[in-house]
Amino acid sequence: MASKSINSLSRRSLLSLGAAATAGILSRPASAQARLATKARIVIVGAGAAGLASASRLVQRLDGAAITLIDARKAHFYQPGFTLVAAGLKPKDYAISQTRDYIPAGATLIEDSVAAFEPEQNRVKTTGGQTIPYDFLIVATGLQLDYGAISGMETGLIGKNGIGSVYAGPEAAEATWREMARFTDTGGVGLFHRPDTEMKCAGAPLKYAFITDDRLRRAGTRGKTELIYAAQNKALFSVPIVSEKVRMLFQDRNVRMVHDHVMTAIDPGRKIATFRTPAGSQEIRYDFVNVIPPMRAPKAVRESALAWQTGAFAADGWMEVDMKTLRHKRFPNVFGVGDVAGVPKGKTAASVKWQVPVAVDHLVASLSGGTSSEAYNGYTSCPLITRIGRAMLVEFDYENNLTPSFPGIIAPLEELWISWVMKEIALKPTYLAMLRGQA
Amino acid sequence: MKQLDPMVFVVVFQEMLGPLFWPLIAFILVGALALLVVLIRDGGVHSRRLIRAELIGLLGGFAAVALMMWVTASSPGDLLGGPIDWLLTIAIWVAGVIGATMVAYVGLSLIVRDNSDHSRAFRR
Repeated sequence: MASKSINSLSRRSLLSLGAAATAGILSRPASAQARLATKARIVIVGAGAAGLASASRLVQRLDGAAITLIDARKAHFYQPGFTLVAAGLKPKDYAISQTRDYIPAGATLIEDSVAAFEPEQNRVKTTGGQTIPYDFLIVATGLQLDYGAISGMETGLIGKNGIGSVYAGPEAAEATWREMARFTDTGGVGLFHRPDTEMKCAGAPLKYAFITDDRLRRAGTRGKTELIYAAQNKALFSVPIVSEKVRMLFQDRNVRMVHDHVMTAIDPGRKIATFRTPAGSQEIRYDFVNVIPPMRAPKAVRESALAWQTGAFAADGWMEVDMKTLRHKRFPNVFGVGDVAGVPKGKTAASVKWQVPVAVDHLVASLSGGTSSEAYNGYTSCPLITRIGRAMLVEFDYENNLTPSFPGIIAPLEELWISWVMKEIALKPTYLAMLRGQA
Repeated sequence: MKQLDPMVFVVVFQEMLGPLFWPLIAFILVGALALLVVLIRDGGVHSRRLIRAELIGLLGGFAAVALMMWVTASSPGDLLGGPIDWLLTIAIWVAGVIGATMVAYVGLSLIVRDNSDHSRAFRR
């Protein structure tokens, strides 16, 4: 079943139509400017989407700077593709490429990880024992999936006994598809939830519930299943108007919603998940579950002076950056972009696309002794898949305003084919162009 | 903050099509050139050939929609999400019709050489 449903990459390769519909997504944040001559040492920690996009933009803007990326992982993951892999629509290789393929000429990659940030001394220390000084630092480490925070859960369980988890990587996404495909044959209880921490792509848990519902209907087994979505608070999505729309859709699809449920434990043998609720501990039996772990800043960031010291972002150690400039509030030569940034919205590739040019512009302005007026408004985008073949192109900002790229043309809260087409064929090319600083 | 840059389209199309990008551009250019050459050679549009090409072109339109559905793992019902989806479907169909008609016209012109005067509707 899996191999039958997985499309080959050649589908994408064959495609030439439809991309004209992506005008807004393709808009470019800042125009090319003259390169600034500098000998500055710029260290970028993390060579994921945010780190690579930052390096590419800095190379374009600076002449003579020593730009160093630090990341131990050789593989690059196209994380927005994980959902499609776990939906059985793409093979895992769809989401895997090599970090080195995106390192721009003029930047250097150190294949190591950072063990400690020492912003007072303007240096980082690597696990391999190197001390690397910098004039400017961009932290783009991404985040840590804290599976251990759910008692009984570990990544080795993914793909067994009805346990799926889309986030853990391409292999886990594919293993999740295998379990979901098995579930669509047998039926039973499908359980979906999300953690009560900040998280990357908060639409993904919802998408996967919708996709599973669609797969069950296609398999003719929806009638012998119950789908439950356990929300961590009283909403389904942080943007109220989107939350209400999702509530209507879940009601339409007969997905039972429970609120104020935070998963604390899982018993793979008995297939029972335990949730913390205002009424005490509650157990829910499942036949298939998409486990989404709590997410935190990586340990090195969390335990450094870079983390928020007080407030909502302090507990999980997110970086204390200005929400509009992404510049660190206490260390002005440090920026935080991507998932690690302690800002109210958006741990998505779309956020990265709009954060990076802003942070880079402020960094370059500092180098030239000037100032920048660029500001990040919290824009992020979520092609919220509601069934295979349809999606809602939800875009919003810090203020929970909907910010559609195509107002009056592509309705953000309608289940449209065009939004699905964009997610399927245009977003990955746009993402790759972003890594290269070209979009 | 946002400004549309046409070059982004080119870059994204390159990423989308990978190694097929330049061969496809070459195919489009060669096809357009071949059509021009045929029109000059024949001294105008050959009406009977055009009608045949248009019939093939109609099929090309449906093939384009089918290709898009295959590439995006969509089913026919998905195309009816809203008016913008109908427009997208029509746009894909029209693009397929135009492309296939041009290819068919050139192809027929190269295979069949019909110089009979009565079949020429438009002459320069």
